[in-house]
Amino acid sequence: MFNAYQINTLVFDRNLCNHCRMCSIVCPHAVFQRTNGVVSMVHPERCMECGACQLNCPTGAITVDSGVGCATAMIYAALTGKKEATCG
Amino acid sequence: MPRFVKDNFSPSIRKADSTIHFANRWDHFLARFGIRRNKHRVEPGVYALGKPDGDSPVFVTANYSLSFDALRAALKGISGYILVLDTRGINVWCAAGKGTFSTDELVRKIEQTSLDNIVRHRKLILPQLGATGVSAHEVKKRSGFLVEYGPVKAADLPSYLENRQATPDMRRIKFTLKDRFILIPVEVVGILLPALVASVVAYFLGGLFASIGVIGAVLAGTVAFPLLLPFLPTDNFSTKGFILGWIFIFPLSLIVFLESSTLELWQRFLGLISYNLVFPPITAFLTLNFTGSTTYTSKSGVKKEIYTFIPVMAWMFGSGILLATGLILINLL
Repeated sequence: MFNAYQINTLVFDRNLCNHCRMCSIVCPHAVFQRTNGVVSMVHPERCMECGACQLNCPTGAITVDSGVGCATAMIYAALTGKKEATCG
Repeated sequence: MPRFVKDNFSPSIRKADSTIHFANRWDHFLARFGIRRNKHRVEPGVYALGKPDGDSPVFVTANYSLSFDALRAALKGISGYILVLDTRGINVWCAAGKGTFSTDELVRKIEQTSLDNIVRHRKLILPQLGATGVSAHEVKKRSGFLVEYGPVKAADLPSYLENRQATPDMRRIKFTLKDRFILIPVEVVGILLPALVASVVAYFLGGLFASIGVIGAVLAGTVAFPLLLPFLPTDNFSTKGFILGWIFIFPLSLIVFLESSTLELWQRFLGLISYNLVFPPITAFLTLNFTGSTTYTSKSGVKKEIYTFIPVMAWMFGSGILLATGLILINLL
């Protein structure tokens, strides 16, 4: 069955990671985890593309096409010709 | 609005307490119903909670009254400073996504309030969900203040403060029945007027059952859906909405079929089909729009849903309306 949320835009480059753990602190869905001092992406499918990990990663090891997962905002942006959908 | 009075602190520091008064509860009630939507604000700046000194912790929040009140209520018995950013009356997470709870605004408020003269340390405690708009290492570089992300919920702050550690559970966002339930009023209020107009129009064109269909489809999407969300099959919000819409509309269309025994069988059958084409897409559209209220839908996922299911909704709704219009015209002739 088609699941629109199965694949997302989150990319983790472990070669750039300094294992500071900021991603696992800021992620509200426990996508990242540090075990024995090593950070890994354990649940990429849970990512909601909020962008907190990317913004707080000091080494640029994480990239994600972040934004609001809100249909109302996206439809409104499409109808009004706005480039980026925002809440409220 | 929260109650605060100026006291003998520096004029730039307001005083706050942890008590939630009736006026605050009334303000929360109005906010939950989407009434005076942009007016639930507190003044940005620094607030003193209890009897803080230069070593007391600094908590950062948005100038949405519900965010501010949740924070000050959670800190009962704890002295500290609250630095309120100007998020234009939007809560922390939405403001972070919108870019108003941001690195720039945080650095600006640190400078405007001369926070470095108020506290001796250089640490700030931010809500975890603020991380969507704030870059901790940028703040450190630009202001000298170290950002520490507290738990998702302000209620967990007292536990967090014991050792400045959040448990894995405190770091996870949830979407409980209570969380979903409190969203219902604002969902209903937002669609109330168009739904009432549509139900009146449906009454005059299609009769009482058509009017019930409109109200039912809307209530299914705005009331039943938030409550039943985890129990509905499929992962997409649109398909969940189609299912929920049909659960309500199919029995109604059967009643209409049985009640219209004076019509030809083919007319009754086409009437049944038109109900099942027109109303489920209304519920599905509302449930798709509920993605913005959830705590887990991704931008790319919602985009895929829009491109996949909006055309289906439009075709179903349009063909159902055409079919119903044809049947009405045949009956009139």
